[in-house]
Amino acid sequence: MSSKTLYDKIWDAHLVKQRADGTALIYIDRHLIHEVTSPQAFEGLRLAGRKPWRAEANFATPDHNIPTTREERSQGLEGIKDPVSKIQVATLDDNCREFGIFELKMTDERQGIVHVVGPEQGATLPGMTIVCGDSHTSTHGALGALAHGIGTSEVEHVLATQCLMQKKAKNMRVQVNGQLSPGVTAKDIVLAIIGKIGTAGGTGYTIEFAGEAIRSLSVEGRMTVCNMAIEAGARAGLIAVDETTLAYLKGRPFAPKGDLWEQAAESWRELTSDETAVFDSVVTLEAGEIEPQVTWGTSPEMVVAVGGRVPDPEQEPDMARRSSIQQALDYMGLVGGTAIKDIKLDCVFIGSCTNSRIEDLRAAAAVVKGKHVAESVELAMVVPGSGLVKKQAEEEGLDKIFIAAGLEWREPGCSMCLAMNADQLGAGKHCASTSNRNFEGRQGFGGRTHLVSPAMAAAAAIHGHFVDIREIS
Amino acid sequence: MNKFIIEKGLVLPLDRANVDTDFIIPKQFLKSIKRTGFGVNLFDEHRYLDKGEPDSDNSNRPLNPDFVLNQPRYQGARILLAQDNFGCGSSREHAPWALEDYGFRAIIAPSFADIFFNNCLKNGLLPIVLPKPIISGLFAEVEANAGYQLEVDLDLQLITKPGGETISFEVDEFRKHCLLNGLDDIGLTLEDADAISQFEAAWRNQAPWYFTAMK
Ligand code: SF4
Repeated sequence: MSSKTLYDKIWDAHLVKQRADGTALIYIDRHLIHEVTSPQAFEGLRLAGRKPWRAEANFATPDHNIPTTREERSQGLEGIKDPVSKIQVATLDDNCREFGIFELKMTDERQGIVHVVGPEQGATLPGMTIVCGDSHTSTHGALGALAHGIGTSEVEHVLATQCLMQKKAKNMRVQVNGQLSPGVTAKDIVLAIIGKIGTAGGTGYTIEFAGEAIRSLSVEGRMTVCNMAIEAGARAGLIAVDETTLAYLKGRPFAPKGDLWEQAAESWRELTSDETAVFDSVVTLEAGEIEPQVTWGTSPEMVVAVGGRVPDPEQEPDMARRSSIQQALDYMGLVGGTAIKDIKLDCVFIGSCTNSRIEDLRAAAAVVKGKHVAESVELAMVVPGSGLVKKQAEEEGLDKIFIAAGLEWREPGCSMCLAMNADQLGAGKHCASTSNRNFEGRQGFGGRTHLVSPAMAAAAAIHGHFVDIREIS
Repeated sequence: MNKFIIEKGLVLPLDRANVDTDFIIPKQFLKSIKRTGFGVNLFDEHRYLDKGEPDSDNSNRPLNPDFVLNQPRYQGARILLAQDNFGCGSSREHAPWALEDYGFRAIIAPSFADIFFNNCLKNGLLPIVLPKPIISGLFAEVEANAGYQLEVDLDLQLITKPGGETISFEVDEFRKHCLLNGLDDIGLTLEDADAISQFEAAWRNQAPWYFTAMK
């Protein structure tokens, strides 16, 4: 038998039919649904008189445009002030009821960002195929699942057929050797990878992240890495299963129990790439060389180490690249050559499916403990990824640490990661954000986003500008 | 889905790499539960000088005269000429819906983001990948000639320039068949319903742990 990559193994196990032209029908084990990309899909089902193929394989939760203030959330649906958002959330509730789909409603304690809740509930399992109408579905690859973001037509297709029509991607391995230095995190690894291969570097590939530095990460950290695979252009990111994965999943509500767990765990241990498997592309990084990263521009590949400077377009010989640097600097209101540490911040956002899990909140709390947010920072907010993360953080007293330091403690949701709700970054304002996209207008019209790790965001909140986390801790 | 056979139309050049889906249709318009009507908000943040909202009256909003879409010579464009990594970012299908609703039928670029590329094909919008030097040449010709049109023939996989010169392009056979015939993916897949059921039964047997009902 020829040797296979992890991606090959999961793909082959789910292949229903291969067409001569290279497209394949892949069976989908789990479909995650949220309010923004699903209404038109349910409407399509209704219009065609179709039913979900296997309703109990689906799982929904609203996250993108729900409010995050306690006052609004305590009133349930009625508390959503924006009438258009309210209709969208109500439509998800109605659709789930009509089609018999399990939903963690906005008022449920377990609700949260779909990519945080899936693994937390054990709805994400190793070796599964998972899809969701959201590009950051790649997050679930951290548990050894093949997880793709899909569009709304595909949401309807998966609902109706339990299959996805796809062409197989190529295999890429990103190998991160050695150990990270103190203060450097999973977020810095993935930003450094994107800085190296570019935002289109992974287009057409499924990326398997491997190497000692990846193995040493917790499942939370692995999710941060896989989350941003899509920012490197890859629809799916994957990490092989190991004991860390199994320990994370054991006992979660939808994970198998008893004998079934033992059988499942035994089969999951094989979810690694064969030693002799061949990858179409291999990229290698040395963890020890990775420094805390900060993005300066309007694409995640526009990233440098915290000790670095914003590039000077005059120094760039390639004209196309020069003009894209200039466009980004104009939007960001920055001058080429500025030191990253001299960038002043108006806002700090700690949250999103990249960095809103308990480990992220602990890291941020450790930095702000006993200190206070700089006066020049207008808004610093912490938005936990789920109701259960929030509860855990409160049990550990993290909420009190944040509040005492002058940060706002919010209810779970996507919030200022994409600013579909009221949490918006003002025009011209600079924000240190733990989210995944720094595109123009992403966090609010005219807003300027700098992507960083939770600890770096927390340190920036205290100092009012970027600082090297390694110099203060 | 609309059929795509031959399309001829004015070309609009968007000379910018990494145009993301937020750029194509900003997030506030994703609150809609409908599939149509996004065309007036295509490229909203660049096309208008103020911030658009889902319920704004777009006819009264100040236009950005510098943005290419607002230039008189490109009104009525049906073919979009773009740069590398077009459509990166979020998976929102509202991006092809907005492009299609505005009137675009084909997009020509050196490369596309994967999810966006797929989403276009599912909505009768043809994404065409051409080598960079050809794209640069097209940008120069469009700039130099007002009223520059291209004809895209999907069946022959040929683009014809105003002077009659042709450029051939690649397209996936299966996708070509669907576009030429306006076929719906779900109907096609359900023709294989028996194969799906058989697969499912065997898989349930082999890996029952994936079949715990979500409820
Ligand atoms: S947190 Fe941000 S990136 Fe994640 S699902 Fe929500 S909007 Fe998308």
